Amino acid sequence: MRGRPELFTSYRRDQAPLNTPAKRAWLGLLLVGLLVFPFSVTAELTALGATALLSAVGAIGLNLVTGYAGQVSLGHAFFLGLGAYTAAVLSGDPDGRSLGFGLDMAIWLPAAGLLPALVGLLIAPVAIRLKGLYLAIVTLGLVFIGEHLFRELTAVTGGPGVGRPAAQLHLLGADLGRRSEILGGYPITREIKLYLIALVVLVVLAVPAKNLARSAVGRAFAAVRDRDLAAEVMGVSLTRHKLIAFTISSFYAGIAGALLPTVTGFIEPGSFNLLLSVQFLAMILIGGVATLSGSLLGAAFVILLPRLVEELPRFLPFVTGESTGGVLTTFQLQTLLYGVLIVVFLIAEPRGLFGIWVRARNYWRAWPFSY
Amino acid sequence: MSRAVPEAGGGDIGRAGYRWVVLAAGCFGSGAYAGMQMGLPAIGPALRSHFGLTVAEAGLVFASLALGVGLTVFFWGLAIDRVGERPVQVGGLAGAGIALIGAAVERIALRPMVGEPVFSATMVTVGVFIVLQVVAGDLIGLELRQVGHPWGLEQTEVAGVIVFHSDLAKLAFTATVVALLWLFLRHSRLGLAMRATAASQETALALGVPAGRMFGLAWAISGALAAVAGMLVATGGAGFSQATTLVALKALPAIVLGGLDSVPGALVGGPIIGLAEAYTKTYQDDLFPWAGDNVDQVVPYVVMLVVLLVRPYGLFGTREVERV
Repeated sequence: MRGRPELFTSYRRDQAPLNTPAKRAWLGLLLVGLLVFPFSVTAELTALGATALLSAVGAIGLNLVTGYAGQVSLGHAFFLGLGAYTAAVLSGDPDGRSLGFGLDMAIWLPAAGLLPALVGLLIAPVAIRLKGLYLAIVTLGLVFIGEHLFRELTAVTGGPGVGRPAAQLHLLGADLGRRSEILGGYPITREIKLYLIALVVLVVLAVPAKNLARSAVGRAFAAVRDRDLAAEVMGVSLTRHKLIAFTISSFYAGIAGALLPTVTGFIEPGSFNLLLSVQFLAMILIGGVATLSGSLLGAAFVILLPRLVEELPRFLPFVTGESTGGVLTTFQLQTLLYGVLIVVFLIAEPRGLFGIWVRARNYWRAWPFSY
Repeated sequence: MSRAVPEAGGGDIGRAGYRWVVLAAGCFGSGAYAGMQMGLPAIGPALRSHFGLTVAEAGLVFASLALGVGLTVFFWGLAIDRVGERPVQVGGLAGAGIALIGAAVERIALRPMVGEPVFSATMVTVGVFIVLQVVAGDLIGLELRQVGHPWGLEQTEVAGVIVFHSDLAKLAFTATVVALLWLFLRHSRLGLAMRATAASQETALALGVPAGRMFGLAWAISGALAAVAGMLVATGGAGFSQATTLVALKALPAIVLGGLDSVPGALVGGPIIGLAEAYTKTYQDDLFPWAGDNVDQVVPYVVMLVVLLVRPYGLFGTREVERV
């Protein structure tokens, strides 16, 4: 088969994650680019990059349950919050104002995934009973119940308007959250360290997600999504796969939620609201539903979009950077763009940015004989 | 929406053993809920055929409720300044405006989603919801706006309960609109055409019913109904601000509780949620103070969760017949 890399003679090879040289090359380029990125931009952009990478982890989780398994979940913000507070409590200063146990990152990071996963497992029976819109509204209720909990449990969350410090980045005795250190004559800032942690976490979590999606469980997810009754007739257990989808999705959300606030170093209880859920839905819809690369593209797009919008007041006279005045403020424009982009992508390109990429790829693959 | 009508009883009279007071507060609170939900059953049947599934009524849930509550209060406030309060309240200029917007949303955003998965259609409406929320918020501005007391401030005492005339008017208004809606769907040619489209899109088309126009009409009606609900919510002392658009989301438990495609369900769901909220508010300090302040705002979702676990299609919703 040498010299004919796209001729697959076995199902196994066809389903392999990187089954063509082009894919391997692109992934290599992407990884190199991601590694070089923090060392070539400002600290602000590095922090933004870290946020995008961590959001990608959360987006992968949402894509597993909503994109692959077809269970619409508006409750992602709740699981993100659960992860954030689990991490913050376990790692927090025992003598601090809010509850804390001062544990190591090696303990709190897995725990921040496991606790939401457990709650996801408890919530999943609702998804087994309910379908479609009813499920969407119940998960919406979850966000409101979560907001109430986070607001009222002031010993844990610090209460609205006050908040608490995010998880402390102590890994095996080393303090990764410190401002800066010199490594081989090159300054490694706090942002760069955060970025690299985020990159490692993303890679470590994206690989099993990819494997899950292309394995029997992933095919069962797709069957449940496309026609649940037909799936059950074929012997795919709805209960089992909905449980798996919600549990794993919540695990990813918990990890993302634990690390996302470390970028700013602060958790505000009001931030885990409906808008956050919608942001994550926007990521998978804009990026591409039921594709892993789509989650990454979408997360990068949605996180970087506000930064781009902030530049707009200079070019568009009706947009203002102040909190009032003008026709639109930048915050309003950002929110507006989320909404418009969700609608436009669903109508014009349901496969999202990933779909655009696939079309471009197919065009150039046959170039100059493409049609 | 017992918060939107705080004068209705519970708040001022205190939380002693006045069971009747709480009951009344809950019922009046539910008036606005019921008004808000009316749109949903109206467009339910049409949307069912739109996407081939019951669950796709998402459209109204996310888009037109916010649209109604948010935009209506703005247009209505403008109209009040010009025309005076009473005629506008009844005439519903705003309703007509919102109806147009509802139809436009259907034509631009929802029509292309025919035949697409329910999930996509739902998400389109979430997108529309966000866009309209920003637009409405921008129109409303930052400060709290007042719309006055179109039904006056008089009150009557009935069996020891103080009843505001405006609350009675709201209930009567809601009941009238529900009755009109029912009459329209049951006894008019257009209503028949809408129900035919819902029953079978293809058969209706074959018999000469313009199905696409029916969808547009359903959205226009739902927009108008949401506009009515928006008016009811905004009247009274509370006024409205940008945050009022979120009231639309608080009505969701009431709608789902009764069943998404059921008119009786909408009428039952509202009071249940309203009562649950009023009882919680009144007795929480004695019974379960550990749940924290404002727990009454979360209670509707808890009630909804419990009811849906027992009856997945709500109390009166149509159970989906499944075929492979």
